[in-house]
Amino acid sequence: MGLEEKIPDSIILTTVDKMANWAHKRSMWPLGFGLACCAIEMMSTFAPHFDLARFGMEVMRPSPRQADLMIVAGRVSMKMAPVVKTLYEQMPNPKWVLSMGACASCGGVFNNYAIVQGVDRIIPVDVYVPGCPPRPEQLIDGILKLYEQIEKESVKDKREEWGRRIG
Amino acid sequence: MTEQKTVTVNMGPQHPSTHGVLRVVLELDGETVIKATPVVGYLHTGIEKTMENKLYYKAIPCTDRMDYLAPMSNNLGYCLAVEKLMGIEVPEKVKWARVLLTELTRIKSHLVWLGTHALDLGAMSMLLYTFRERESIIDVYEAVSGQRMMSTYIRIGGLAKELPKDFDKWVRKVLKQVPQGMQDYIDLLSGNQIFINRTKGVAVISAEDALNYSLSGPMLRGSGIKHDLRKASPYSGYENFDFEIPVGRIGDAWDRYLLRLEEMRQSLRIVQQALDGMPEGPYRAHVPGVVLPPKEDVLYKMESMIHHFKIITEGFETPRGAVYQAIEAPKGELGYYISSDGSNKPHRVRVRPPSYINLGALPKMVEGRLLSDVICAIGTIDIVLGEVDR
Repeated sequence: MGLEEKIPDSIILTTVDKMANWAHKRSMWPLGFGLACCAIEMMSTFAPHFDLARFGMEVMRPSPRQADLMIVAGRVSMKMAPVVKTLYEQMPNPKWVLSMGACASCGGVFNNYAIVQGVDRIIPVDVYVPGCPPRPEQLIDGILKLYEQIEKESVKDKREEWGRRIG
Repeated sequence: MTEQKTVTVNMGPQHPSTHGVLRVVLELDGETVIKATPVVGYLHTGIEKTMENKLYYKAIPCTDRMDYLAPMSNNLGYCLAVEKLMGIEVPEKVKWARVLLTELTRIKSHLVWLGTHALDLGAMSMLLYTFRERESIIDVYEAVSGQRMMSTYIRIGGLAKELPKDFDKWVRKVLKQVPQGMQDYIDLLSGNQIFINRTKGVAVISAEDALNYSLSGPMLRGSGIKHDLRKASPYSGYENFDFEIPVGRIGDAWDRYLLRLEEMRQSLRIVQQALDGMPEGPYRAHVPGVVLPPKEDVLYKMESMIHHFKIITEGFETPRGAVYQAIEAPKGELGYYISSDGSNKPHRVRVRPPSYINLGALPKMVEGRLLSDVICAIGTIDIVLGEVDR
């Protein structure tokens, strides 16, 4: 009828990279963690109207130990920066970071003493989503861009990278 | 006999039910809370300081980003304060449009409160329902300003631009959809034994304590004190509208749930009246040199273009002095104190944030109660950390 007729019943040949990337990409659990205004738009994205569950991401994990993706939604203050860094370090590998909104990406309109001028000063960022706050469509686009990025990743590179980080 | 020991638990700043980045240090004896200390400042943005370095006009976008669940109310408070300082009288239509939009904002803010409060108490699907209705209000925001959340639509002396032609259509859609949604919420929650058990008699604050902690908004009215700035000192033409001020009885979380639902109904009534009676007229006051001229004039009239250029580049000079203007924001009394030294930038802007002051009553509400009641208390205060920390 459907897929069952198309695939052979014995062996499928693929590469480890493709398999791993496919698995990473299709079951990504974001960390349920909101900072400011963008968090409300992030909630809208998870709500029925935009429905992020279409991309296999409906489970928000309140604990960093169970999360793969950190969406930094909002401005990071100087007082919050160590907390954000700790949360990132608590997440198990492989992990990705999406910086949502102008404040998280570059400090936004708040170029002052209180705000970290871009979250990439404290943790590595994979995708930046501009906007103040970005529309849910923009966030979804950012997530799809991250998926494209993951497809190009190689397990070998990751292993070397993590090895360096631990060593 | 074993020794009595208390445990200190650190709740937040990353905790799903602290509505952002609130941190509460709890001292527990078993499950009983002995002492609760809220620690704020994890979202300190320096908004008040930033506003001092901006021209009066250019400070408006900063106000949006304080209480990001009710951006229009913040705009209105600031603009009314500057208008008071400058002595600007706005046209009737502007007043009506502002009332309509801020009442929609109240509904929008209460919808997020209802969704997250119910989510914290275990009713997970409520969030999905309330965000469904919230989208219809966001459509109005988007129709008037082009932005979903941070609209910066209310400006000094008027509005950013003319109300769109299909404004009526969008607002009528809200008026139709929100009451239907509210019926769903009542069906889901009002008879729900779990929700009732977790809110009735929990997070109680007596009328006397509410006054002593200078609470405002639903937190004050939930304790039975009938005080609402829309009636007590009407601004922006609220005296023209017919609406009731609901009050609670004993000041527990259940009372405040019913009260906020009733407030949403009253807001819908005001929106209906404002939509039906919206007068015709200009969307900005005519005060050359202070209020931006309409965009169509800027393109074709020399004087308007000069005024526009001067206001944008240099701003306008204000009389020396200080003003305080408070409005009834969804969370309580939102006040702006602006001190002017006669230059084109405010010397000091001080915000009286309702949820920050309401948060002060948290220890009173939870001490001696169980740990799980802390979640309910934080939810029922309706805090927004952007406003608490600024």
